[in-house]
Amino acid sequence: MTLDFDRIQLADVSRHFGRRRAVSKISLTARAGEIIGLLGPNGAGKSTIIGMLATLVAPTVGTITYGDRTAREAGPDVRGRIGLLAHELHLYPELTARQNLEFFAQLHGVRGTDVVTAALESAGLAERGADEVAGFSRGMRQRLALERALLHQPRLVLLDEPFTGLDDRAVRLVSDRLRALAAGGAMVMLATHDLDLADGLISRVVIIRDGRLITDEAGGSGLRARYRTLVGH
Amino acid sequence: MPFRVALLILKKDFLIEVKSLEILSTTLFFAVSCLLVFSFAFVKEGSPVQDAAAGILWIAIAFSGTLALGRVFERERYGETLRALLLAPAPRPAIYLGKLFGMVLLMFTTEVVLVPMVALLFQAPLFSRPLLLFVLLAAGTVGFASVGTLFAAMLVRARTRDIMLPILLYPVTIPVMIAGVQGTSALLQASPDEAMATMWIAIVSTFDVVAITLCLWMFEPLMTE
Amino acid sequence: MTRFFLPVFGVTALMFAGAPFVIADAPYESTMLLVQKIFYFHVPAWFVMFTAIFISGIWSARYLFKGDRNADRVAFAAAEIAVVFGLMGLVTGPLWGRKAWGVWWQWDARLTMALLLEAIFIGYLLVRKYGGPGSEKLSAAMAIFGMLNVPFVYISVNIWRTIHPKTSVVPTLGPGMFGAFWFSVIAFMLLFALLMHLRVRLEQQRAALDDLYLAEEP
Repeated sequence: MTLDFDRIQLADVSRHFGRRRAVSKISLTARAGEIIGLLGPNGAGKSTIIGMLATLVAPTVGTITYGDRTAREAGPDVRGRIGLLAHELHLYPELTARQNLEFFAQLHGVRGTDVVTAALESAGLAERGADEVAGFSRGMRQRLALERALLHQPRLVLLDEPFTGLDDRAVRLVSDRLRALAAGGAMVMLATHDLDLADGLISRVVIIRDGRLITDEAGGSGLRARYRTLVGH
Repeated sequence: MPFRVALLILKKDFLIEVKSLEILSTTLFFAVSCLLVFSFAFVKEGSPVQDAAAGILWIAIAFSGTLALGRVFERERYGETLRALLLAPAPRPAIYLGKLFGMVLLMFTTEVVLVPMVALLFQAPLFSRPLLLFVLLAAGTVGFASVGTLFAAMLVRARTRDIMLPILLYPVTIPVMIAGVQGTSALLQASPDEAMATMWIAIVSTFDVVAITLCLWMFEPLMTE
Repeated sequence: MTRFFLPVFGVTALMFAGAPFVIADAPYESTMLLVQKIFYFHVPAWFVMFTAIFISGIWSARYLFKGDRNADRVAFAAAEIAVVFGLMGLVTGPLWGRKAWGVWWQWDARLTMALLLEAIFIGYLLVRKYGGPGSEKLSAAMAIFGMLNVPFVYISVNIWRTIHPKTSVVPTLGPGMFGAFWFSVIAFMLLFALLMHLRVRLEQQRAALDDLYLAEEP
C-alpha cells in the first residue's frame, strides 16, 4: 500500500482488436475528488477504457500513468489502489455474502471483521450476510459487488454500469456513496449509458463514440440535451 | 506475500468445493466411468491384457484431470472473478500458484480412489512398492496440472476453450504420460524394476521444474489482454 | 533479405533441379539399395522442421516478453513451415519403413517424437485460428512449450523404444553419398529460408494493411 497517486493520465491511448479500433487516441486526465461520467452508446469503447485503467487490458499504443508511474513500473502496488465493478459482478455465487467480502478483503490485505460488517451494512445486507449470493436478486448482488470493490478504500474507483438492477432508493444510496468517496479524495470513473442517473452526480462528462473522445467538459444539468446534440440519439 | 495470496485462493476454492462437492464427485465418477470403458476393451476372457493397468490408470488420470481443469476455471469465468483476482495487489503468478495447488489436491483425491480401483479391477500389484508409486504419481500429477492450469487459465477468455484445452494440453504433456505409464509398468512387473521407475521419476521431476518455472514466468504476459 | 531473394531463389531452384541427378549419381547403399534414396529428402525435412521449431519457440518468447509484434509473425511463419516439413518427414518415413521394417508405421523413437512435435505445432495453428481474441499469446505459449519439450520428448521416447537407424549413420556414409546428402540438406535449408521470407513478408503486409484500415478516419 505504499504507492499512492492523485492523478491518472491517459496519453494518446489506443487499443485495437485486429482491424477494429475499440479505443482510438484518447487523452484524459483524472484528478482526486472527481466523478467522471464516461458516456457513450453501446460498443463505444467504455468497457475497454475501464479495462485498461484496471491494468487488465494493455493499450496497443500510448501510456497510462498513475501519478508518475505506469502500471508496469508500479507493479502490484498500483492494483491495490484500484477498485473495479464490472458488468459481471466478480462474486462467487456459491459463497455467502460475508465469505465473498472476507475473501476479497484478505486478498487485498485488509484485516478485521468490522470492515466486512460495515460493508454488509452499507450494502443493506446486514441481515443476509450468511446467505449464499446465488439466492440474491440482481439488485442485491449489485450492491454487494459495489461494496466488494470498495473494501480496500481504493483511490481509483472504476464502475461499469453500476446502476443496473437497482431500485430508486438504492440508486440514491449508491449516488450518495460515490459522492462521499469523491469528497474523501477518490477518483470515480463511471461508465454508463443511463443519462438520467448520471445527471447531477458527475462532475465531469467524457463522451466517447466509436472509440473516440467527443467531448470532455464540466458536468452539470441538461446532460441529455447535450448528449443528444453530440452523439445524435 | 505471493504465497499468502496463493494459499488464500486455495482456501477459497476449498470452501466452495466442500459446500457442493460438485467438481470432486463428478470428476471421480467420470474417472471410474473411464475405468469401466477400458475394462471392456482390455479384459479378455476374464483376465486383463498384460500391462494394461498402467496405461488405464494414467489415461483415467489425464481425462478426469482435463475435465476438472475445465470445471475449476468455469467457476472463475462465471462472474469474471478471475479478473478480480488479477487485481489483487500481489505478483500475478501467485494466482497461478493458488489455482495449481487446488488442482493438484483435487487430482490427488481422485487418485486415492482410482489407484485401488485399478489394482482391484485389473489385478495389478500396484502396492508392491508404495513409496515409489506415490512419488511417481505425485510428480506426474504436478507435471500435468502445472501445464494444464496455465492453459485453462489462458483459455478462460476463449469461446472454444472446451475443445482447445485437450488439444493443447495432451501433446505437451506426453512426456509425463510416457514416464507415468512406463514407470508404473516397471513397478508392476513380477520383480519390480526400481531403477527404471526411479529414472522415470527423475525425468518427470525435471519436466515439473521446467514447466512450473516457465508457467510462472509466462503467466503475467499471458493474462494481460 | 529482399535484396538477396532473387539470387537465393535462383540457387535454390538450380539445386532442386539438379538434385535428382546428384541423388541418382550417389552410390547405392549396400543393404537398402534404391529405397535408401528417400533419405535425401527425409532427413533434410527433419533438419528444416527442427530449425523451424526452435525459431518459432525463440521468437514466440521474444513476442511474449518484449511485445515485439514482428517476432510473432516470424514465429507464426516458422510454425507453419514446421508443420509442412514435419508432414513431409512423416510421409517419407513410413515409405522407407515399409521396406526396412515391413510395416508402414513402427512406434519407433524418432518417428514418434516427430509425430508428437507435429501435434504440438498443429495445436499452435489450431489455437491461433480458433482461439478467439488474444490467441497469438496462447499460441506463443504453445510454441515455447513445444521447443522446450524437444529434450523431454527425445529422452522419454528414446528410452521407450528405439529401432531407428542411429544418427551415427550420417558420418559413416560413403564418400559419394556424403556429398549428395549435404547437397540435399543445403537445398532444403535454402528453401526454408525462402519460404520463411515470403511468409513473414505476407504477414507483415497483412499487418500493414490492418494499420491502413486503422489509420483511415471513418
